[in-house]
Amino acid sequence: MSERSRRLVFVVSALGFGALLLWGMAGLPDFGLHESAYARLLDSTTVARRHVTDVVTATVFDYRGIDTLGEEFLLFTAAVGAILLLREQRGEVDRPPDDEGLGRVAVPMSAAVRFVGVALIGPVVVVGTSLVAHGHLSPGGGFQGGVALAATPFLAYLIGEFRALDRSTPWPLVETSEALGAAGYVALGILGLVAGVAYLENVLPLGSAGSLASGGTILALDVAAGLAVCGAVVVLLREFLHQTLIVRRQSADGRPAR
Amino acid sequence: MNAVLAIALVAVAVVATLVVLTRDNPAQTIVLAFYGLVLSVLLVLLQAPAVALSQIVVGAVAVPMIVLLVLAKSRGAE
Repeated sequence: MSERSRRLVFVVSALGFGALLLWGMAGLPDFGLHESAYARLLDSTTVARRHVTDVVTATVFDYRGIDTLGEEFLLFTAAVGAILLLREQRGEVDRPPDDEGLGRVAVPMSAAVRFVGVALIGPVVVVGTSLVAHGHLSPGGGFQGGVALAATPFLAYLIGEFRALDRSTPWPLVETSEALGAAGYVALGILGLVAGVAYLENVLPLGSAGSLASGGTILALDVAAGLAVCGAVVVLLREFLHQTLIVRRQSADGRPAR
Repeated sequence: MNAVLAIALVAVAVVATLVVLTRDNPAQTIVLAFYGLVLSVLLVLLQAPAVALSQIVVGAVAVPMIVLLVLAKSRGAE
């Protein structure tokens, strides 16, 4: 395609897109007016019907639970895809990580970074666990808490070497948590079918609103999502780090190339 | 619209422009992470704390980390 026809295609599609965008934005409610009929309905009925105080989590893990199932498997598929694509392929060899390669002196970590890293690990674990455990009571939930928890092994990497991260992280446990979380979500949905109602319908005891053990399957699905997300993010970043630091294309003489 | 909200909206616009104007890749990643934080403040002010939390973990942690790793990889291959 010539430069001129490409520009023509761009101008036509940009104009069309712009017109549609303006049309859509003209129909939006005024700034700050965000109470749709659906939002009002959920706000007024969720606490009474589902015994949870965070309407967002109730929507994500109950009313729209099937959408979240798709989202969770999106992340799961991304992690499995990364493992498959970034596995060691023919013509690639492992070499020592940059920070312990021959003739290389690792950049000395400043005491401040080490101190902040060590000091952060504990609080991040507490915040992550709390976000997951209180997903049905306050803002947060399995997704946000899972990513926060997944940050801890990489704090360990920040203050140490890749080998330390690789050795200190229980990889089988991480992969099991990812698989268990994803499978648990599906299994909790089947619980509804067993009880004779719809898939993913909330069939567990609801408890009393505001207490930690409340919400029925909402809390259970929230924890399952937390496990799956934490496992998936750790696996994803581990694969990227491994690919960046260890794997190198083999050069003609069989030695790893830079 | 109150003053705090107006300041937050302007801050988002300014930091977003800074992300585009920063041409050095590693530095741009850090500015991008900062933009994620500023945007999450705006979301809190708009009473969307759940979205703000997702914004923090994805915009300020996950995306910059992945971008930095890709940069490290592509530099190693040069």
